[in-house]
Amino acid sequence: MANNLLFGNLTLDAIPFHNPIIMGAGVFMGLVALIVLFLITYYRQWSYVWHEWIASVDHKKIGIMYLILAFVMLLRGFSDVALMRTQQAIAAGTNMGYLPPEHYNQIFTAHGVIMIFFVAMPMMFALLNMAVPLQIGARDVAYPYLNSISFWLTFVGAMLCNVSLVIGDFAATGWLSYPPLAELYYSPTVGVDYYVWSLQIAGVGTLLAGINFIATIIKMRCEGMTLMKMPVFVWSALCAMILVALAFPVLTVALGLLELDRLFGMHFFTDFAGGNSMMYINLIWIWGHPEVYILILPAFGVFSEVVATFSQKKLFGYTTMVWAIGIITFLSFIVWLHHFFTMGTGADVNAFFGIATMIIAIPTGVKVFNWLFTMYKGRIILATPMLWVTAFFTTFAIGGMTGVMMAVPPVDFEMHNSLFLVAHFHNVIIGGVLFGYFAGLIYWFPKAFGFSLDEKWGKRAFYFWVTGFYIAFMPLYILGLSGFMRRMSHYADKVFQPYFIVAAIGAGLIFIGIVMQIIQICVSIKNRHALRDKTDDLWNGRTLEWSIASPAPVYNFAILPTVDSLDQFWVNKENHKAEGHTHPKEIHYAPIHMPKNTPAGFIIAMFSGIAGFALVWHMLIPGVIGFIGMIATIIARTFSKDIDYYIDAETVKKTELAHLKEIANA
Amino acid sequence: MHSDVIAADHHHENHHHNADATDVFGFWLYIMTDCILFSCLFATFLVLNYQSFHGIDLKYYIDLSVVLIETFFLLASNFTFCLAILNLYEDKIHKVVAWLIITFFLGASFVFLEVKEFIHLAKSGFRWDVSGQASSFFTLVGTHGLHVSFGLFWILVMIFQLPILGISSVTKRRITYLGLFWNFLDIVWIFVFTIVYLMGAM
Repeated sequence: MANNLLFGNLTLDAIPFHNPIIMGAGVFMGLVALIVLFLITYYRQWSYVWHEWIASVDHKKIGIMYLILAFVMLLRGFSDVALMRTQQAIAAGTNMGYLPPEHYNQIFTAHGVIMIFFVAMPMMFALLNMAVPLQIGARDVAYPYLNSISFWLTFVGAMLCNVSLVIGDFAATGWLSYPPLAELYYSPTVGVDYYVWSLQIAGVGTLLAGINFIATIIKMRCEGMTLMKMPVFVWSALCAMILVALAFPVLTVALGLLELDRLFGMHFFTDFAGGNSMMYINLIWIWGHPEVYILILPAFGVFSEVVATFSQKKLFGYTTMVWAIGIITFLSFIVWLHHFFTMGTGADVNAFFGIATMIIAIPTGVKVFNWLFTMYKGRIILATPMLWVTAFFTTFAIGGMTGVMMAVPPVDFEMHNSLFLVAHFHNVIIGGVLFGYFAGLIYWFPKAFGFSLDEKWGKRAFYFWVTGFYIAFMPLYILGLSGFMRRMSHYADKVFQPYFIVAAIGAGLIFIGIVMQIIQICVSIKNRHALRDKTDDLWNGRTLEWSIASPAPVYNFAILPTVDSLDQFWVNKENHKAEGHTHPKEIHYAPIHMPKNTPAGFIIAMFSGIAGFALVWHMLIPGVIGFIGMIATIIARTFSKDIDYYIDAETVKKTELAHLKEIANA
Repeated sequence: MHSDVIAADHHHENHHHNADATDVFGFWLYIMTDCILFSCLFATFLVLNYQSFHGIDLKYYIDLSVVLIETFFLLASNFTFCLAILNLYEDKIHKVVAWLIITFFLGASFVFLEVKEFIHLAKSGFRWDVSGQASSFFTLVGTHGLHVSFGLFWILVMIFQLPILGISSVTKRRITYLGLFWNFLDIVWIFVFTIVYLMGAM
């Protein structure tokens, strides 16, 4: 009895000792974690790690932690790719491959979940944290403590998903876990529970971060920065975060109802007793479609910054750019049904959603042409961020066109759930979202770390990624058009096999690209003194983040800036050529009010992880501990008065002068 | 130097003033997201109640008079909460705490009656696992009930926190949040009462 209260349904049988692939991966992950912990202990850095990182409420550090999480999970998500691509390359005819279907199903589910929720989303929040407060001339986000909670909840969600690899299993239902397959009577293991709780925890983190950034952008812009003087990246972040605030509650409801079905035998989505599984599919896509725009809009923002900077020109059509983002934001809420035209709602409904979908191509086209016109007659500098942008143009255009094809309902009836669809969404998510995030990360890297990334290895990584992408996904279009369905672990007709072999080679090239990115980071860290950004404005930028030191000081701006035009920093640079700088020695600095670091966010998230794990396995005592721990930490923190401090004017002055000296010596 | 100090003081007050406005704005945003959460539950309730399956109808089980009493408890608790806020602005801490205690008991009566009704329904055969209709009823009304219970817990925390921290900009802000939250739950209840109970009983 006591055993049951403590461990619920969890027994040693839950660990798949007999499966060498899973155990190998688990042991590897465990070893990596142990090595990291050992190194921190060996170099006696626990105090530093705890106070300066885990407890940090500084948006710049939280951004870096999001980035690390995203890259670690990218490797995990990519190892799923390696398994799937090799399986499909060999499992033709009489050869069944090396992955049994139930394992293969978990792999493609985990791949989708990880890549969207734990790679793309953290990478987006990394960019937002690194750039948004600096671009609007603010000293932090609106709620720094909430920012820390958001990150750690996302982290815990990702870790819960990782734990499922070794303890129990993960959902084998596809990345959106459609019922009735996801119901208890078809998926009796804990896989779907892991899926639900890891996404619920990460989802709450995302929702809170969304609220945080809306408030930051609406309320914390520096003096004079009206909405129409915000950099386009800030606009795209604002619209994406509005989508987060509107869409993520729907995800919470959809997953919550699914879990109620599984936990208490309710009948929301069962196929009997009045349940309606299409209700789930509608709800999940009312979240899911805005979600893809949550990912792509910040990438559009990055392109706008990068194109203008590396063409050394003002962005073409700022106003139309902003309107295009706004229209996409609105339209993204009235197209969800195009994900299941085959539901059978009839021609009228399908026509509405089909046309609404096609209309999105118009504002998107406006943006693409604006970028092209920005480059027209510009002095284009082909540094790595700009290279990613050029690759984006063609790749995203192809992905967009296949998307418009599928927006035609009769065509979609043919393509639905085929590899054509898989090729399409990888085309836009890799070619649009990921390329954009890479461009943004390289672009803002010097501002976050103080040194730039190695260009040579960056270019090599770029070429492997882009060629790898085309070789991996173009065959999938052909396969999809030939009627090959997605999520197949084996196929009888060997005529398909050559295409899968080519796709596997493409995935291999992408893998080399990832390896080169890792080399790029290592080389850059090794050469960080040579690569030190001594100009503060490495790319000759246009926006406020380039007006302060690299890396940005803890308070960001010693004096809060005032703005009276778009691209104020660029305008200042143009004018100062004639007028000369005001010497910082003459500036009167004021004390700066800052939030104090607190480990509360980390502790709350850890308790939520305990609660989540307990809910998966129906463990009563750990569950109660998790919930009480979370609530008690939140309440205890509300009693604390020690939440802020002042950096005195003298320290600010010293920091600024020291930095100035370093630049002058360069 | 003197002007620096004044500038700093001025800046300090400015910052706090702005911070308050920003914080309340953020709480409004949270309320909006909660609104969407409820709207999804309402949509689910309506979809599952107006389709072909008619196993066990809610209307044979509910007692509207109990629900009306529940409603009055919740509305009254909202009124007493407003009285607490009025006293907060006059810095009468004891009266604030007294009204919060009264609010707590009114809200607790609401939850008590709701739980009693749930038990009654479940015992007479309208359980959450008999049909999609029943599931959506218990989930929608129960989510509201959980929100109210959470609000009650929050009121309890404030009853203890106010005497310790005193009335300050921080506690004022927290009571403002709590007030927004409590009002919001009242509005949601009006919809629950109309859509679930009045329309459901017809």
